[in-house]
Formats: sequence, structure tokens, C-alpha cells
Amino acid sequence: MSPLEIVILLPLLSALAVWLGAPARATSVGTAVLNLLIVLGLVWQFKSASAGKAGFAYESARVVLDNPAIAFAVGADGVSLILALLTALVTFAAVWQISPEKPGIYHIASQLIAGGAFGAFLCTDVFFLYAFHELALIPTLLMIANYGHGDDEHRKAVAWKTTVYLGAGSLVLLAGLAWVVLEFSGGEKLTFDLTALKAQAAATPLPAAQQATMAFVLLLGFGTLVSLFPLHSWAAPAYASAPTPVAMLHSGVLKKFGLYGLLRIALPLLPQGFQAEWVQQALLYMLLGNILIMGFVTIHQKRLDDVLANSSVMHMGYIFLGLAAGTEIALRGAVLLMFAHGISIALLFALAGRLRSQLGTLELSKLGGLGSHAPVFTVLFAFGTFASIGLPGLANFAGEVMVFIGCFTTWGVTNFGPLQWTVAFALWGVVMSAVYMLRAYRGIFHGTAAAGHFMKDPAFSQRVPLILLAAVLLIAGCCPWLLLGLMKTDLATVAEAASTAVQGAAKAAAGTAH
Amino acid sequence: MPPEPDTSSSLPTLLLLLPLLSALVILLAHRMLKGACVMISILSAAICFLISLMLLGTKDAAPMLLPFIEVGKFRIAIDALIDQQSRGMMFIVTSIGLFVHLFSVGYMKDDEAKERFFGALSLFMFSMTGIVLSGNLVMMFIFWELVGLSSYLLIGHWFEKPSAAEASKKAFLTNRIGDFGFMIGILMLFMANHGDISFTGLHDSFAQGTMHDTAKMHPTFMMIAALGIFMGAMGKSAQFPLHVWLPDAMEGPTPVSALIHAATMVAAGVFMLVRCAFVIEASPDAATTIAWIGGITALMAALIATQQNDIKRVLAYSTLSQLGYMVMAVGLVAMQASGHHDAAAPGHPAMFHLYTHAFFKAMLFLGSGAVIYACHHEQDIWKMGGLAKHMPVTFATFAIGTASLMGVPYLTSGFWSKEAILGVAFEVEGGSPLFWIGVATALLTAFYMTRMFVIAFLGKPRTEHAHHATEAPIVMLLPLVLLAVLTVISPWDWAANMLEALKPHHAETHSTVLIASILALLIGSGAGFLLYKGKDSDPLASKGLAKVFANKFYFDEIYAVLVKVLQDGVAWVVTGLERIFVDGIFARLPAFAAKRLGSAARVLTGGHLQGYTFLLGAGLLLVIYLAVFVLPQMGH
Repeated sequence: MSPLEIVILLPLLSALAVWLGAPARATSVGTAVLNLLIVLGLVWQFKSASAGKAGFAYESARVVLDNPAIAFAVGADGVSLILALLTALVTFAAVWQISPEKPGIYHIASQLIAGGAFGAFLCTDVFFLYAFHELALIPTLLMIANYGHGDDEHRKAVAWKTTVYLGAGSLVLLAGLAWVVLEFSGGEKLTFDLTALKAQAAATPLPAAQQATMAFVLLLGFGTLVSLFPLHSWAAPAYASAPTPVAMLHSGVLKKFGLYGLLRIALPLLPQGFQAEWVQQALLYMLLGNILIMGFVTIHQKRLDDVLANSSVMHMGYIFLGLAAGTEIALRGAVLLMFAHGISIALLFALAGRLRSQLGTLELSKLGGLGSHAPVFTVLFAFGTFASIGLPGLANFAGEVMVFIGCFTTWGVTNFGPLQWTVAFALWGVVMSAVYMLRAYRGIFHGTAAAGHFMKDPAFSQRVPLILLAAVLLIAGCCPWLLLGLMKTDLATVAEAASTAVQGAAKAAAGTAH
Repeated sequence: MPPEPDTSSSLPTLLLLLPLLSALVILLAHRMLKGACVMISILSAAICFLISLMLLGTKDAAPMLLPFIEVGKFRIAIDALIDQQSRGMMFIVTSIGLFVHLFSVGYMKDDEAKERFFGALSLFMFSMTGIVLSGNLVMMFIFWELVGLSSYLLIGHWFEKPSAAEASKKAFLTNRIGDFGFMIGILMLFMANHGDISFTGLHDSFAQGTMHDTAKMHPTFMMIAALGIFMGAMGKSAQFPLHVWLPDAMEGPTPVSALIHAATMVAAGVFMLVRCAFVIEASPDAATTIAWIGGITALMAALIATQQNDIKRVLAYSTLSQLGYMVMAVGLVAMQASGHHDAAAPGHPAMFHLYTHAFFKAMLFLGSGAVIYACHHEQDIWKMGGLAKHMPVTFATFAIGTASLMGVPYLTSGFWSKEAILGVAFEVEGGSPLFWIGVATALLTAFYMTRMFVIAFLGKPRTEHAHHATEAPIVMLLPLVLLAVLTVISPWDWAANMLEALKPHHAETHSTVLIASILALLIGSGAGFLLYKGKDSDPLASKGLAKVFANKFYFDEIYAVLVKVLQDGVAWVVTGLERIFVDGIFARLPAFAAKRLGSAARVLTGGHLQGYTFLLGAGLLLVIYLAVFVLPQMGH
């Protein structure tokens, strides 16, 4: 049995146990701690074991169906391990900060989401990869509908909207994945095995035009799940009304599934499609929509939860930018940014949750002066704030700067192309995130409003998960090479395929020109 | 030749990490340590000063201090570049840093949050040494933003005060705008130089012309890159039109104004420009732009300073003006050297002025701090007066500082460095308008400094506080006296020689330059003395142009409108459009369609929660169905 299977099953089993009546908090937190330790162990071992080797580690496969070939197959490379580590960290923080008065359903839902996320990141079979994500979505939506913030009608409407969006996105994604399986299964029978699909895609590449269409379908499907502009409008209201642990887990972890899927399936299988000019153009416009339009929308928000929720949509643009660039530096930067964003937004949602439960409002105009009354809370919030505006020394900066640099190493570019222009605009987004985050920070912590008097610093035991997240931001920000070193080989091949695709296209263009 | 890589990186590493350690210890253990935090911070500053003295005797080196990002062959690390420039700058930073730490012990004695203050000072020392040591542009950007953070924390030290909270935010955001350009410039140089952004690597490529073809073929490319880099300096060194944050930054405690907003951090922009001088030289258009921006800033800030009444604001505008002088020198030297790549050689007049200015301006600020402290936090010069009698030591050091800033010939450091800059302006082809701007600024400088000096220190006390002012305690006087000594000796040959990079490489005196600057001094200070001697209010106040100067050319008001329109207004419009179009088309339509679908959908929206799971559960079932039954048939 692969240790990865344990990692996936543990949260699901603990959810089951809580449902059957086990003490909710103890079971759930215990599982989260155990899982975090296992994942850390796997990361540690992976570093020494995988030096220089390509492909997946900790592999195992249980055949579920022979024809079509579906197997419960797990395996991890650097990218999936980093995302598993993210899942373990955020799950730990999310279940720890659920207050003991809350019903067990909070723990059940959180663990189900965690199990689904682990499954989605660690499965190497397209079928299970998809199915696990769906599994995690269901409790997310139910929690928003049942236990979300706001009045009954509001949260039902939000849950419904989110369901429609994600359901539609999932269906498009499903169509795209089915197409991929049909085209790349090769031999006698259909297969969902990612490695086999990849081998077939490399051996007999499809015509570039068809690849482009397929890549675009996948982009729309996965993109909806990541709130790619203009398919994003479910995300902000959903996060703003979701219960705190769900907001942490979905925006921090589960949302990254769409990006992971693009990186894992679309980029390697359809390199020419993803690099096709019109697909690139469309992606660049859409991600600029995320960064600039959502940047302005975020500036306009008046409540902390709305600011955080919209900023989370906005910041996806930078990760998409890394995927669009497709160079190794940019891809590794994008993965680092997924990790960093997940940790920082989870920290911020956790703190916003505390603020809401203690002061009863997140209206920025009604807050103020917390800095002098709750110094520990303030420092923790400052970590989240400055991480999310890309301050060097915290994780997000390292990812962002790698994405930007990666865009400027494009192969054989001899002038300022669309990608470089996009970076120039995206950099303005960095100014905008500073505007709205510092405005919020100023509103909440500075000044001497009366609201501050009612805020108390978290008790020592409640600080544990928050300090852990802040410390991770600092460590990953000062030593990004720790995480980057895990991705030695996996992204090089993806980047190489993209590079070949671009050069091939350039040659073809030159051929027609002459 | 680039300095050889050196394995002996222990001194710079220690220099870099010690203040960080101090900041971290204070952050984590300030409740336990209490007053000991002050000692930890001072100790780390003192050791840093000693290390910077030890570095003065070392050879040039480019050691790697810490790893950062590594992807295959590509590598960005925390690399140091130890050469004449960084050794000299490090001396300035650590010496003034240490003095300001000492001064703060007295000044912040009764502050409730002095642990936080000293922690932030340590964080600043860490970030600033990082800038000085930087061997590549990304590392410089990293510490560039980190000084921005420490500046934000220190300006907002008294964050309960709305004005301090706003000022800290303004400083950070204005600098962010500068950094936007800085990053674009860095990325363009990265592309032009095949991914090598170390200063030595860039310098060699520029000298040998081995950049990417694009860079060589398109002068616009180089101009935008150079101006992008310059934008970073515009933010940090508060150049027009990004100058508005620096005067507001005076909301921070006065020792912070001395260290960060006068002597070191705001000068980092000039330091960085001199580091990248070869980039500016490659584009004559950029060089001219930079020289003019510097000149405009110098003149504009000097005009504003003539009508300010807050002692710190006068000094802040004077700092702006002097920074403008330095930036103008950077541009002028680049205009002069355009074409031949040797101005990265030691002895840049901008660096020389940075060096002399750092000491006397830090001293003036600390002196103003002593005055403010003595007058019970009164900052209005019209409520002072006659302080010379009550505070003789402060008075004497302030007089030395004022004389240096005005450039009293031959005796003061400010004279020599100002002459060097005016000399370049005089020599450069097309520099003569800038030369006259420089002279006019010198005249105005003499005027406003005399005005402030006469009002605050001479005459009779105008208020009770001023009447009962007493000399500051020894822990505050000692740094003042030490800075006065450094101010006096800084232009002497042996001192400037020791910090070789800071001595101007040519000091040819032109008689026109000399006469013009002496006349400017005499007219300016004479007018100031006659106009303000024995006055209890400003005779020029709210008269014509003086009103414009007093209101800082209305920049704050104009920017407030711009922010309202371009940021909040656009945000409002964009949010509205997003709601109408994106939400409308992509969300209302499906919901509308679903409603039309009839009772099934009504069950879902109506509150039967299973409905939500139903949709996704159906999706899941659909997958299984497709996978098991449909796909196999399609495959064949």
C-alpha cells in the first residue's frame, strides 16, 4: 500500500468516524496532525530518494476496471507533493480553528474537502483525479448553503450560483477530459492512465489546430474552477459567505485543482495547443481581466471578506500568467505561487473569521484601532497582508518574481511581445493589491476607533495554526529553494515541450512567409 | 574587471544577518525582554558599525551570501558586491545608524512601544545593509521593498494618530508606484543581458556590447529600461512627481526622519543610480530626463521650503531639494560620459554629495529632535525663538549643519560637494540651464535655512515652552557632537580618501561657478536675515506666490483628485460594468434558464438542499456512466 493512499483515505475515514459519533474535534485535529506529519515525511524522503529521477514516486495502482482501463492509481512528483503539503497545512489550520461549540458537521465537511483535495492532487488516473475534486465540491457547496454567513435567502442564492458555475465548469471539463481520453488512448482499449496518455500524446501528436481547440475546452473547464475571468463571478460571493474553514480550504487548496489540472494534463498533453497563438491571446486577455478588472473591483469593496474574496480571484491571474509563459522558471514560479497564495489566503480568512465572530462585523468603516488592543492578531494579519501584496521575504514574492522573470526568458523573442506587455500590465496589479490591502489594514488596525476595545488577542492554543501558517510564509519566502528543489525534473519536460511547440510554430510561420 | 569571487563571505553575511536576528528576537520575545530590546538593537548596530570599519580594509570581492532561487542553470542569490562604493556607503549607513540608535534611547525614553520601535529600527538596518551589499538587481529590489516596509512601520509608529497612519500608507504606495517601473526596468535588463542581472555582468556587457540584439538595435528599448530603473529611484529618493510622500513621512519619530528620511534610505535611490550609471549612459535621452527631473525637484522643493513653518517640514523639503541635486548630478555625469563607459569609476559627485549631506542632514534632524523634545513636542518654529541661550550644544551643532547645508565656502563639507555638482553642470554641453537652476536652489537654500535659524534659535522666546527649554540629555547630545565632528572632517582629504569612492574624481574650480555660488549664499542668507530678524510672524505669509509655496504647489490636492477619479472612480465604474455584464450574462442567464426549466429547478432553489448535491452527484454518475458504457463504444 502506498503511503499516498493513506494520506488520501485518512481524512475520509475521520469524516466517517465523526459522522458515526467519534469526538469530532479530537478525531479531526488528530487526523490533520497525523496527515501533516506523513506528508512532511514524504516530502523529506522524496528529496533524497528522487534525486535526478523523472516520473512519479510512491506509485501504486489498483485496477478498478479493465476496459476502459481505470485504476485507483496514485503517485507523486514535486508538484503534487507541494500541493499535498499545502493541503495538509491548510487542513490542519482550518480544523484547529473550528471553535468547539460548532457542530461536528464542520469537521466532517472539512475532512471531506481535504480528502478530495488530496485525492485530486495525488491520483495519476484522470478518472479519479476528476472524481475526487467533485467529491470535495459537494461538502463545500452544502456548507455554504447550510452554514454560510448572511441571511437564509442570501446564502442559498450564493450556493446556487456557485453550484451552477462549478457544475457547468465541471461538465465542460468532463467533455474536455473525455475528448483527451478518446484521442490519446492509443491501442485497443480506452485508458485513463495519465502516464499512458502522455506517452501516446508524445508519440503521435495531434494536428496543432485540433490541439488548440482541445486546450481551449480544458482551459474553460479548469478555468471556471479557478475563477478565470470572465468565469469568476461565483468565487467572491462564495468565499465571502462560506463558513471560515470552508473558505480557507476552498480558496486556499481546492481552487488550485484547476491550475494543477492544466499543468498536469493540458500543458503536457497538448503543448502545441496551449501555445497556439489564439489560445495564448485569449488566455492573456482573460488573466489580465483577473488582474486589472478584478483589481479595480477589489479596490471598490467596503468589507474585509469581500476584499479578501475578490483579491483571491485577482491573484489567480498571476498563476495563469506563469502557465501562459510556459518556461521552466515561470512554471516553477506558478507552483510556488499556488502554494504561497493558498497559505496566505487561508491565514487571512482564518483571521477574518475571528474578527467576524468577535466583533460581529467586517465593515471596514466600522473597524479601527485594533493594533493597540490585539498586537499578536495584528502581527499575524500583517504577515498575511504583506504576503498577499508580494513583499519580498514572504512566499508570494518569490513565486511572482519567478513568473515575471520566466516571461522574459521566452525563446528567441527579439522584441517586446504580447507576453511581456502582459507582464507590464500585471505589474500594475501589484500596485493595486497594495492599495486595497493597505487600505483594509489601515481601516482595521490603525486609528483609535471604539471597535478595537472589544477585540482580544487569540489565546495561546488558538495561535498555533495561525503562527504555523505565518511561519511557513516566512520560511518559503526566505528559502524558496527548499520547495523549488522538489521540482527538479517534472516541469523541465513540460517547458521543453512548450518550447519545441513554439519553435515549430515559428518555423512553420517562417516557411509560409518565404 | 569584475572582482574575483571570494569565499570569505563571513563578514558581510554577519553584517547582513545580525540586525535581522535582532529584529526577530525582538519580535518573538519582546514581552520577556522588555527594556533589553533596546540594548539588543543598539548592540547589533554597534557591531555592524565595527564590521563596516573592518570592511574598509578588505579587498574587492563578490561573495555569495545566501541562496535564493535556483532553476537549472538559472540562479538568483543574495550576492554581495564589496567594492569602494559599497564600503563607503556602508560606513555612512552604519555610523549614522548607530548614532540614531543612541539618540533614540533618550528621545523614545517614555514611549510605550519602544520595543516595537527598536525592532523596526533593526529591521531597517537589515534591509539597508542589504541594499548596500547587493550584487545584483533582484537582490537590490528585495531589500528595496524591505526598507519600504521598515519605513512604513516607523512612519506609522504612532498609528493611533490618523495622520501618521495615512502618511505611512502614502509612503508605501508611492514607493510601490516607483517599484512598478523599477521591476520593468530590471526585467528588460534581464532580457537584454541573457538573464545576467549582476552589476558586474551588466557592466561588462554594456562595456563590450554583448547584449541581446534588441537592446542594441532599439535605443527606445534602452531608454525605457533606464527610465524604468530611474522610476525606482524616483520613488525611494522622492523625486518629482513622486515626491509627495517624504514630507508626510515626518509623522514618524524624529530619529527615524534623521536616519531613514534624510541620510540613508532616501539616498538609496541615488546610490542605486550610481550603481547602474552605465545603463543611464547608454541612453542620452534618459540621462537628460533624469538630470531635469533632479533639477526640477531641487528647485521646487527649495521654493516650498521657504514658506514652511514646521521645523521638520523645512528640513524635509530641504532633503528633497538636496536629493534633487544628487539626481541631477547623476544625470549630468551620464550626459557627460555618454558614449565612453568609465563613469562607474570611483568618485561620483552625486555620491560625494550624498556622503557629506548624510552627516549634516542627520545632524540637523537630530538637532531638530532635541529642540522638539525640549519644547514639549512643539514643531512650529514661530512658537520657538531664543533657543540659542537655552540649548548651547544643540545650537552649535545646528549652526554647523546649517552652514554646511548652505555651503559656506572652503570651511564646510556641503560647499565642496555642491561645487563638484555645479562644476559638472557648468562643463556639460547643454547643462547651463541646469547650472542656473542649481545656483538658484543654492540661493533659496541659504534663504530658508537662515530664516529657520533666525526664527527658532535667535531673538526672544515666543512661548512658555521655548522659554523653559533645557538642553537635551547626554545620550542625545553625544550623537549630535559626533555627527558634528564627522560633518567637519568629512571633506578633508584623508577622510574622503579613506572612503575613496566618495571623493569627486575631478575638482577643477571654475571662477564663474565659485563666484555664482558665493553670491547666491550672500544674497540668500542676507535676505533671510534682514527679512526675519526680530519678526514674530512671517511678513511674506499668504502673499501671492508665497501662498502657492506654502501650499506645496497644491500637489496633495491635485493628487487627491487624481486618486479619486482614476482609482476610486474607475473602480466604481469597473465594478458596475462587471456586475452588469459578467454577472448578468454568465450568472443570470443560467439562473434564468434554470427557473424556466420548471419545478425541478424550483425544488433546487427553493431550499431542498439535497438539490445542490443532486446536481454534482448527477455529474459524478454521468462520469461513471460515460466511462463505463459510452466511451468504450466510441473508441471503436
